[in-house]
Amino acid sequence: MSTRLSLLMNSPYVRRLGVRFDDHGDELTGILPYTEALVGNPLIPALHGGAIGAFMEITAAAGLLAASDLAALPKPIDVSIDYLRPVRPADVYARAAITRQGSRVSNVRVEAWQERRAAPVATLHGHFLVKPSGEPR
Amino acid sequence: MTDDLQSRLDQLAPLLVAGSPHAADLGFVLDAVRPGEAVVRAPYREDLVGDPDTGVTHGGVVTALLDHASGTAAFAGLGGDKALATLDLRIDYMRPATPGRAIIAEAHTVKVSGLIAFVSAIAHDGDRDDPVATAHAAFMVSRVSQEAAERVRADIEAGRAGPFTRTPGPGERGGAR
Repeated sequence: MSTRLSLLMNSPYVRRLGVRFDDHGDELTGILPYTEALVGNPLIPALHGGAIGAFMEITAAAGLLAASDLAALPKPIDVSIDYLRPVRPADVYARAAITRQGSRVSNVRVEAWQERRAAPVATLHGHFLVKPSGEPR
Repeated sequence: MTDDLQSRLDQLAPLLVAGSPHAADLGFVLDAVRPGEAVVRAPYREDLVGDPDTGVTHGGVVTALLDHASGTAAFAGLGGDKALATLDLRIDYMRPATPGRAIIAEAHTVKVSGLIAFVSAIAHDGDRDDPVATAHAAFMVSRVSQEAAERVRADIEAGRAGPFTRTPGPGERGGAR
């Protein structure tokens, strides 16, 4: 794991959720490994929508940290989450795309999927407050 | 009718948080459930902190809390007997939660229209007039959830199992579909 994500990976909650990143240059894929503690409704069974939303927020923050040097963790201002399919008890993946990078606020879109990337289980878009540490790369 | 619903909700109350492994794992507590309304609390925990420098609870915890409170309010707004799926959830993060304080999410169903429930919620850490976050969400009675709920109800009526005690089959654990 590169040092650019260390701010994020030092977060107790991110560690607790078990989120990790497959980091290949400018391709960053978030992985939420399945555990029973992620299940929201054991009857279906499906993962908790809140866990998926949190995972996508973390992936958005990772995308911002990977794109430029930031002095602090990006802070969410608002997020909008669409739940497209039931999220089965299995690993979830996500990728972030920065729609607009500003000097103070960035707009980010995230897609989360399981079996097929073309069939996302949830999407997120939102604004994040960023604090650049110097000139953007 | 409303009294019937309230008594059903009172009966189900112990399961509305504890029956959801993720909500239980985050330490959520159900403070109240009434027809169309729910109050769920997240006690402060150091392992839920987002930024160790500030001790502020991670936004993802607020997301999960608002989702859970909103879903519970929608469940209680749609008769307390239907399984729901979240369609969407919009959250505005207004300020960091105060380290050390519990976060309380209060959700109410604005309107039920057919199979859809529209819910509005706020999260605060003691003062309702100084919210940490607000949320709007839409929920739908889902066929897949409903089939699962009916299966469980049939099991309960046949005395085969209690709610939320379904044991996954051998191929269902550890990430199998």
